[in-house]
Amino acid sequence: MSLMKTMLATSAMAVSLSLASLAGAQDYQPDPNAKPGGNIIVTYKDDVATLDPAIGYDWQNWSMIKSVFDGLMDYVPGTTELRPGLAESYEISDDGKTFTFHLRKGVKFHNGREMTAEDVKYSLDRVTTPATQSPGAGFFGSIKGYDAMADGSATSLEGVTVVDPYTVQIELSRPDATFLHVMALNFSSVVPKEEVEKYGTDFGKHPVGTGAFKLSDWTIGQQLVLTKNADYWRDGVPYLDQITFEVGQEPIVALLRLQKGEVDVPGDGIPPAKFNEVMGNPDEASHVVVGGQLHTGYITLNVEMAPFDKVEVRQAINMAINKDRIVQMINGRATPATQPLPPSMPGYTKDYAGYAFDPEKAKAMLAEAGYPDGFETELYVMNTDPNPRIAQAIQQDLSSIGVRADIKALAQANVIEAGGTPKTAPMIWSGGMAWIADFPDPSNFYGPILGCAGAVEGGWNWSWYCNKDLDAMAAEADSIVDPAKTDERLKMWSDIYMKVMEDAPWVPVFNENRYTMKSTRMGGADALYVDPVSIPVNYDYVYVTE
Amino acid sequence: MLAYLTRRLIQSALILLGVSFITFFLLYVLPADPVRQIAGRSATAETVANIRHQLGLDQPFVVQYARYLGGLVQGDMGRSYLQKTEVATLIAARLPATLLLMLGAIVAELVIGLSLGVIAAIRRGGALDQSLMITSFVAVSAPQFVVGLLLLYVFAVKLSWFPIGGYGSFSHLVLPALTLGIMGSGWYSRMMRSSMIDVLRSDYIRTARAKGLKRMRVLALHAMPNAILPIIAMIGIDIGIFMSGIVVVESVFGWPGIGQLAWQAIQRVDIPIIMGVTLVSACAIVLGNLLADMITPFIDPRIKLR
Repeated sequence: MSLMKTMLATSAMAVSLSLASLAGAQDYQPDPNAKPGGNIIVTYKDDVATLDPAIGYDWQNWSMIKSVFDGLMDYVPGTTELRPGLAESYEISDDGKTFTFHLRKGVKFHNGREMTAEDVKYSLDRVTTPATQSPGAGFFGSIKGYDAMADGSATSLEGVTVVDPYTVQIELSRPDATFLHVMALNFSSVVPKEEVEKYGTDFGKHPVGTGAFKLSDWTIGQQLVLTKNADYWRDGVPYLDQITFEVGQEPIVALLRLQKGEVDVPGDGIPPAKFNEVMGNPDEASHVVVGGQLHTGYITLNVEMAPFDKVEVRQAINMAINKDRIVQMINGRATPATQPLPPSMPGYTKDYAGYAFDPEKAKAMLAEAGYPDGFETELYVMNTDPNPRIAQAIQQDLSSIGVRADIKALAQANVIEAGGTPKTAPMIWSGGMAWIADFPDPSNFYGPILGCAGAVEGGWNWSWYCNKDLDAMAAEADSIVDPAKTDERLKMWSDIYMKVMEDAPWVPVFNENRYTMKSTRMGGADALYVDPVSIPVNYDYVYVTE
Repeated sequence: MLAYLTRRLIQSALILLGVSFITFFLLYVLPADPVRQIAGRSATAETVANIRHQLGLDQPFVVQYARYLGGLVQGDMGRSYLQKTEVATLIAARLPATLLLMLGAIVAELVIGLSLGVIAAIRRGGALDQSLMITSFVAVSAPQFVVGLLLLYVFAVKLSWFPIGGYGSFSHLVLPALTLGIMGSGWYSRMMRSSMIDVLRSDYIRTARAKGLKRMRVLALHAMPNAILPIIAMIGIDIGIFMSGIVVVESVFGWPGIGQLAWQAIQRVDIPIIMGVTLVSACAIVLGNLLADMITPFIDPRIKLR
């Protein structure tokens, strides 16, 4: 057997955002047309890795775990608005450091036992224990006692207290405005101790939660079946009786089967090679729901490597890139970007136009900075379509201002390695590895990819931009926990990203759209098919019409 | 015979040891870090270091390899980095599908290859013979992913005779088995042709014809069995060829075997799975070759194993 080093997009977990859904209802209004019953088939190419909420962190298992488990917090379906989940209500202390959650009574795990505050504590201890190897452990860094858990000196989080069976209090070591979002992450899902202990490391293949669906069959390499939880604590949902996930199916095969009526949702989306064909056919295009995503594709400029250590050079590069042409190259599946935050993210600066495309001015700025004849550099890019083609477009744009960029097309893991190694990659096109938010909050686009914390060996801040003042501002903004001051906090984040744009460590290029295809019999609001936290669809609320 | 078998088994064990070392080493020097695949983007440096330590990936190469071998000797192939499931469980769940596909491919290549070979031998030198031999040359040379996609397009998409990929029934098996077997059928048709020509020239065939037996009877009962025997021994070697083909064929047809498992694991740098599948395949190849050698003396008593 030959060993190939090719690593395709192992996309990390993604949260995307429906463009239409920000204006907000308090909670979801049940669809009067929805009727219970029916089985649907969803296809995927790859196996489902795990349904353990502490481990699962890819866009495929994220939404499945959401349907099998619940956390204290949740989102209104189809939106980015928080709503209470297993917690019926919550209180935040004035200093923003103590969160008290009151749990719903009578919520049962799939094994029939009632969920209590002890389970909440157990679940948070489990996800932060090093032995669990949870990729999400770091999200809980603001809980008091986290450090002792991380270094192994404690076996239980000091800050999490069971007040009574239906009340749990979480004390933070610092105010954290994003904490309710953290409580809505899958990593915060409540799991029953006895089942985790029974299956040990194999809990991910035998998941037991409180969610709308329970696992009824898992044939490795073939299919995974979720069946309706008839005792689900939310009234009226889920509508579907059963969801069958068939794995091992190429996206192109899934599309053909959908056209024959054998598949309801192709989980991997519309294959790029068929995109124009599908969207060009009005009949088929009517079954595609289009939405925004909390995604930005960008070029990083390594500020530690000459000549990108000069801000004028970085600004000139920003003016040299023809973003419209790049968007055309990917069949218009994106919108040109002006700033790091995508338009649907709270904190996005609407009246900022970004650097205008102006090669003449860019050339003049380069000359001013001491590079009248341009310079030579390298552009790293992931080697799967369309990224090398996009890199060539960038290369052409750069050559028009005299910058000669050598394209280095490598496997994903190798580009990530180069980006996280000091003074190695002068420029990287982020395609295939770009940042997609974990939760809909502007802070999620800063720390790891633009803050000092990420500018370390093995980090994701590939421009190695580290501005201590901005880091301080970010910390200040995230300490504003009071919901009444949300606007003030978002304004601060907007200012932070505007300062980032002045320093120009990135060229924001585009924000990708999301396209979900569905069979004719699928019902439910469009927002459910581009749900910000459930990709491809919100399984709990969609239904079939026949 | 027993001494021969013992020697061959020891050799096989050494080969497998070598395969495990080379594969483990290649995965070790791979410039992709499995820990970053597990930890994802939002992990802190602390989490990354913790996972690296838990998996023992902070140890020197020799220690890592020794630990892996130590587990292997006790029948423990480790757990998948990303799925956390035991590699043995994952392989065991998928092995039947791969074996079924290989069985289908063997049947396909024998039926097609042998019958074409016989026809070509009878019509030796004629236009049919020449066109069959050109066809077999194409079959041997065609890349499997091209053959697979062509068959899929024509017989599943356009004609709808077979399902478009998947697993479960006989009709699901036909196209992938054909794809995997088509290369072998090319070889077999050529071998069968020359083997038949040799046999047809031999004295006993002439005698049979001379004593007045019908042509078809001579072909079917006297010539073919003798021509087929040397070819049967080749099936063992086919297993090795199939093992390299299943990664492609299973991915094209969505066949839930170990080739698909390997392909997914390679993309995710899931080293324990890659190691496990490689070793299982290597075992199959080694055993297949051994089997081929063991069968030979039964077919042709002139050959003695020493």
